[in-house]
Amino acid sequence: MDYLLTEEQTMLQDLARQITEERIKPIRAQLDEEEIFPTEIIKDLAQADLCGVIIPEEYGGLGLGAMENCLVGEALATGCVGVATTFGASLLGSYPLLYYGTDAQKSRYLPRLAKGEALAAFCLTEPQAGSDAGAILTTAVKDGDSYVLNGTKQWITNAGEAEIYTVIALTDPAKGARGASALLVEKGDPGISFGKKEQKMGIRASVTREVILEDCRIPKDRLLSKEGMGFIITMKTLDMARPGVGASAVGLAQAALDEAAAFAKERQQFGTPIFSFQAVQHLLANMATKLEAARALVYSVARFIDTKPKDFSKASAMAKVFATDMAMEVTVDAVQVMGGHGYMREYPVEKMMRDAKILQIFEGTNQIMRNVIGLALNKEYSKKK
Amino acid sequence: MKIVVCIKQVPETQDVRLDPVTHTLKREGIKSIINPFDLYALEEGLRVKESQGGTVTVLTMGPPQAEEALREALGLGADAAVLLSDRAFAGADTWATALTLAKAVEKLGGADLIFTGKQAIDGDTAQVGPMMASIMNISLASWARKVSFNTAGKAEVERLLDHGYDAVEVDLPALISVTKEINEPRLPSFKAKLKAKKEPIPVWGLADLGLNAAEVGLAGSFTQVVKVFPPPARGTSETWEGSPQDLAARLWQRLQEMT
Ligand SMILES: Cc1cc2nc3c(=O)[nH]c(=O)nc-3n(C[C@H](O)[C@H](O)[C@H](O)COP(=O)(O)OP(=O)(O)OC[C@H]3O[C@@H](n4cnc5c(N)ncnc54)[C@H](O)[C@@H]3O)c2cc1C
Ligand SMILES: Cc1cc2nc3c(=O)[nH]c(=O)nc-3n(C[C@H](O)[C@H](O)[C@H](O)COP(=O)(O)OP(=O)(O)OC[C@H]3O[C@@H](n4cnc5c(N)ncnc54)[C@H](O)[C@@H]3O)c2cc1C
Repeated sequence: MDYLLTEEQTMLQDLARQITEERIKPIRAQLDEEEIFPTEIIKDLAQADLCGVIIPEEYGGLGLGAMENCLVGEALATGCVGVATTFGASLLGSYPLLYYGTDAQKSRYLPRLAKGEALAAFCLTEPQAGSDAGAILTTAVKDGDSYVLNGTKQWITNAGEAEIYTVIALTDPAKGARGASALLVEKGDPGISFGKKEQKMGIRASVTREVILEDCRIPKDRLLSKEGMGFIITMKTLDMARPGVGASAVGLAQAALDEAAAFAKERQQFGTPIFSFQAVQHLLANMATKLEAARALVYSVARFIDTKPKDFSKASAMAKVFATDMAMEVTVDAVQVMGGHGYMREYPVEKMMRDAKILQIFEGTNQIMRNVIGLALNKEYSKKK
Repeated sequence: MKIVVCIKQVPETQDVRLDPVTHTLKREGIKSIINPFDLYALEEGLRVKESQGGTVTVLTMGPPQAEEALREALGLGADAAVLLSDRAFAGADTWATALTLAKAVEKLGGADLIFTGKQAIDGDTAQVGPMMASIMNISLASWARKVSFNTAGKAEVERLLDHGYDAVEVDLPALISVTKEINEPRLPSFKAKLKAKKEPIPVWGLADLGLNAAEVGLAGSFTQVVKVFPPPARGTSETWEGSPQDLAARLWQRLQEMT
């Protein structure tokens, strides 16, 4: 399908694909097996200017939009969702700064993020606060010219590797979720430490750890926007990031389809390539159709976001839920098409199937996505009455 | 430091096929790429620029479509590019190629360092670099696997040999031909690629270089291709099957028969 990409978008996509082919695919199995963080690949992405796609030019980025970001994320995910997640989580950690940072805050961090010298992380989830993010307990207490943070953030992607941590903490616990704020914590600040590396089913190149804040003292100018804005910032951040998760899903599913279709051409049973069996063709046909529908949705939503609409929560949740459910189905079917070969670690689709699962869980589970869509629909149809 | 890198556009294939009638390479349907060794030459040029300061200019002699190779080099970070293209340059042998390239460097105002690849993967002669150095009467260090600079302003070059390496010190200006051991070529960057798309690339022909038609191309070539042929097949091959022990014993016996 021709999605009428601009010449610039095609160039960006080509570059991301080149890195995926040359630098990611040859080592993805090893990164997965040995759970190696992709430091070198991040350097490659940085060198190619891909770490700063969405960062304004005045801060050393490319100043492009959500669509370009999705094209890059999709290309990386065709190689390894662990790498795409590392890349995406840094964006997640950067959006609050991009949309709510002061010039001084942006100048301090964005150039290093654009150059790939620093990664970011987004710290919301806590042991007792997953889908129910409003149940967070981490506090940030103002003390003179500082804030002092205490609490534990759980399952934070890039923790330990990132230099910049956007932490959602309560500055006014009495107000509950309305008393939450977003603050920037640096890796070198006193009182921040990291838990052990979690052992995961998939995306094993990406790193997930606890972020432990014990009397972590930061200057008060690390507050983003105003006190009490924490959840507004969080929602906007997730709305921005979710189509990116959708783009990862599209890239992943494309890779799985490519593997399965190529295999079906080669593999012979009953004296003929298995591709010639209608049952196999129908599996592939469904995979390809769902994939294309998801890609069209993700691109449309990304382009919509680039028109700077006021509210795009519903569209963003739709792109995430539809594309990630699709990727789960397509990767499972890719294994099915390949039979026992698909189940073997010698072939890449078993990793793809393991990697697909997380996309339905993080950045808001797919149940929560449906809640978001349902809430928006409820509002829309109440107005129409 | 003024750095010039010579790059050649070659067909992307190890399997060079020849036209039996015209004795020229069959290029239809084969993608063109930058000669792989030349990517290492460019990378070294860029690294020297980054450590010592200066500019990197890429040069290629070839047909008009060789401009693609130059744009790719600009996308990797070269500062400027010049295409040497003229009907009169066609059919050049290594000498005529080297002379044309040498004249172009002269027109650029000379260079402190010229990098070339060790050899081109199609022509495979490894002569162009050394010939350029001799035409320009400058130092030559071929097959470099490492280049550094000492306080006396000389280049220290490690030359890769079959067994070990040679360490040489050369005065500048110098021409250095590089091997793949010298570095790891970088990826293109988006910003450089964008710039590369818009960058004007001058095309210099015969008149621009102050050469006459008898010195370049086929006319200026000392060598002529009389015949081009694929190498004869190297004897017959056999396929043996059996247990590792049997195969080893058979192989041992055969080797003894051969000596
Ligand atoms: C690998 C990995 C990386 C992560 N990276 C980050 C990160 O970088 N930063 C960060 O802040 N967090 C991160 N997380 C946390 C992630 O966002 C949460 O896991 C996710 O939001 C879900 O929370 P939970 O796991 O506690 O599930 P729970 O909230 O306990 O949910 C369990 C089940 O109940 C369902 N459920 C819960 N509430 C409802 C409801 N109201 N309606 C319907 N169903 C419901 C869920 O859909 C799910 O199926 C990461 C998690 C993982 C596994
Ligand atoms: C006897 C003979 C006759 C030939 N006749 C013809 C002919 O009729 N028609 C024809 O098309 N070709 C012909 N060729 C091929 C052509 O001359 C060579 O390809 C060319 O001279 C370069 O030699 P090479 O490929 O062996 O490069 P090498 O000497 O192996 O290349 C070494 C390095 O020199 C530099 N370099 C080489 N060529 C160029 C270039 N063009 N621009 C910039 N840098 C360069 C590169 O850095 C390269 O890595 C002939 C070659 C020979 C040997």
